[in-house]
Amino acid sequence: MGPAADVADVVVIGAGIHGCSTALHLAQRGVRVTVIEKDYAGRHASGVNAGGVRQLARHIAEIPLSVASMELWERIEDLVGDDCGFEAHGQVLVAESEAELGGFAARVQDLRDRGFTHEELIDRAELRRLVPAVSEACPGGIVSRRDGAADPFRATQAFRRAAIAAGARFREGIGVTGLARVGGVWQVESTAGRFEAAKVVNAAGAWAGRLAAMVGEPVPLDVIAPMLMITSRVPAFIEPVVILRSRKLSFKQFANGTVLIGGGHLGRAYPDSNETVLDWAKLGDSARTVWELFPVMRSATIVRAWAGIEARMPDDIPVVGPSRVAEGLYHQFGFSAHGFQLGPATGAVMAELVTTGRTNMPIAELNIGRFARG
Amino acid sequence: MRLDSLRDTFDVAIVGAGSAGLAAAAVTAGAGLATLVVDENAGPGGQIYRAVTTSPVKRRDILGEDYWAGERLVADAVRSGAAMLDATTVWSLDRDLAIGLSRDGSARMITARRVIIATGAQERPFPIPGWTLPGVMTAGGVQTMLKASGLVPAGETVIAGTGPLLWLLASQLVRAGVAIAAILDTTPRAAYLKAAPHAAGFVLSPLFAKGLALRREVAAKVRVIAGVTEIRAAGFGKLASVTYAAGGRQETLPVDNLLLHQGVVPNVNLAMAAGCQHRWDARQLCFVPVLDADGLSSVPGIAIAGDGAGIAGAWAAEERGRLAGVAAVRALAPQASAPDGQAIRQRLARHEAARGFLETLFQPPRQFRVPPSDDTIVCRCEEVTAGTVREAARLGCEGPNQLKAFTRCGMGPCQGRLCGLTVTEIIAETRGLSPEVVGSYRLRPPVKPISLGELARMPASAAAVKAVVR
Repeated sequence: MGPAADVADVVVIGAGIHGCSTALHLAQRGVRVTVIEKDYAGRHASGVNAGGVRQLARHIAEIPLSVASMELWERIEDLVGDDCGFEAHGQVLVAESEAELGGFAARVQDLRDRGFTHEELIDRAELRRLVPAVSEACPGGIVSRRDGAADPFRATQAFRRAAIAAGARFREGIGVTGLARVGGVWQVESTAGRFEAAKVVNAAGAWAGRLAAMVGEPVPLDVIAPMLMITSRVPAFIEPVVILRSRKLSFKQFANGTVLIGGGHLGRAYPDSNETVLDWAKLGDSARTVWELFPVMRSATIVRAWAGIEARMPDDIPVVGPSRVAEGLYHQFGFSAHGFQLGPATGAVMAELVTTGRTNMPIAELNIGRFARG
Repeated sequence: MRLDSLRDTFDVAIVGAGSAGLAAAAVTAGAGLATLVVDENAGPGGQIYRAVTTSPVKRRDILGEDYWAGERLVADAVRSGAAMLDATTVWSLDRDLAIGLSRDGSARMITARRVIIATGAQERPFPIPGWTLPGVMTAGGVQTMLKASGLVPAGETVIAGTGPLLWLLASQLVRAGVAIAAILDTTPRAAYLKAAPHAAGFVLSPLFAKGLALRREVAAKVRVIAGVTEIRAAGFGKLASVTYAAGGRQETLPVDNLLLHQGVVPNVNLAMAAGCQHRWDARQLCFVPVLDADGLSSVPGIAIAGDGAGIAGAWAAEERGRLAGVAAVRALAPQASAPDGQAIRQRLARHEAARGFLETLFQPPRQFRVPPSDDTIVCRCEEVTAGTVREAARLGCEGPNQLKAFTRCGMGPCQGRLCGLTVTEIIAETRGLSPEVVGSYRLRPPVKPISLGELARMPASAAAVKAVVR
């Protein structure tokens, strides 16, 4: 006999913003929850992403979650006791050609037909008013005015602290080595002994596929390393977050003048050693796009570049919902490089799902069953 | 040599043309391996032999014969046929041995089958109240100006700190005619007793006699105040005075220049960014790379030689460079001839024997590494104080990387390359942990800043080329 197991109602695996948010909402419901994290909260994708708080340009299937999350972001200080550095200066999707703008117009009309009004088509004049520095060649775009950005590591840590204050327990620096349901109880084997709980939430990001495989529910999850870089301070010239689609770019200037350049170019991830290797040729592509669109940036210096390790699904939308094969197991992963904004509401939905077995949030399209064979 | 005329790949790429890099190049190029030596300075020599081929200082006695010995190292490297690329920064290195170069406003990537990091040492931070005032300089910075440009500080000058290089610089400045008002020696009196058991190795080293002679030369001409336990710099907008405490006594000296130095630590920025494993060295009080006997790091194909592998001085650096060179030849061209590794190891062991004494004697006292006063600035870029770091550590901040989000400490232009050790030690002390457990900043590339324009002008990625064609 080994030492006695550590017992809780729910074990959440992974302390990214999703695991922390789910823990917070579970603890608020009076559930005894333990979060197990192999490194520390916010070590990976949640702590090192671009911090975009964006409803703009999302897949239809995740828009309801995104809209609900936005409500929570707008009162984030009430929820977690910290403003998380959230600022809402809007996000703008820039069209680089008339043809692209035509596609945007159809997209906005489609959203209206479905009852979503957060995306708004803008013409050349409004684009110039919102983003004066953008190249003259761009004919318009889409704006989502309530969007913005937050400080990702600070936000993740704030969710962790709020969860602890509400009664959740965090065990960091502990890796999960086994996961099985025995006699109606989940046994989570770890590098620090066994944890037991009636229910388990798999919020393990890039490592979530391994957990799913442990219970016989393999998923086609890609481990990716989206790259970001930040510049030296340049005079303030842009308030909203700017994104492009045809050429991958996202662009945001902080209050201190530094500019964050991202957009989804991928480096290489080594999840076993927490390492990433940057692809400078692709970062060069980002630099070239910035050079062409924002002449004001041409003298800036790159002071730091990095990549976070996270999970991407083949259809670029996450897995949210109950396991198809194992009772009491819930999945919350695969956010495919755009999960940060979704953290607050997805945690609330998971807590509802875990404690009541149902939710009114339309998440059926996010079910893991879509990857089941046959 | 222009960057675009450089070949895409080399057998051996050596970063740094100091003692270690030059010695390594002579071995690898001498064995017929295509060797590239990259250095950010205008000419070879590194720190110790800085500007040895171009220095305007013509009186050889000012810098000393040991300095001019660098001419031979440079000559050997050049004769070996190694490609020498000066004024070029290496801003990235990864586990695939892809190397980012920048020169004259343009950047490119090359690869190598083997990389030898010979980036040497950097001065240990010396955070005292007022150390960010204009007029307060690092002794190393002043020595660089002397060697490269023949410039010395004007006005009342005080030198403070500890370590062999402090006395070397003092002697060089005295010979160059600088009026030094005082040397504030922070070596604790107790350190002499602690170091005594290591003295045997040191007395046998040629460093012993040289060190004594330098000290005697300086003490004959300059007021030396021993056992200094506290130093504060003050002034409005510019340094005006230095106050010190020694043996329960305080004195304030009016000064124009304060030169600070408390030893050097390995420059680990490139090695850390490449993912090489490091450990805390409790005697040298810094992070050093984990290496095997040939200087190979935890990343296959990357070796580290010279003071970047752990401080051991210019002579040891030279031998470590040769060892890394020999290992590269064995790995890439086993048939080629290379110097006898055993003889190199024996010479290296003699140089390293002296270190125990020096490291124990010149270990900088805690109060000059971990500022006791909460008001002292730690991170110069973002002006974060010791008090702010302590407060964050007490609130649960576990290490330097988490500290960034709490305070922006280490997020300025230097990216924590200057304040890293101070921050690690403050957090360790506040949380009652070892520096090893607290860890270091994760250093991100670019290791040296490059401009957006340089990056934009690099050859496009395969994906971007395809997008344009489509």
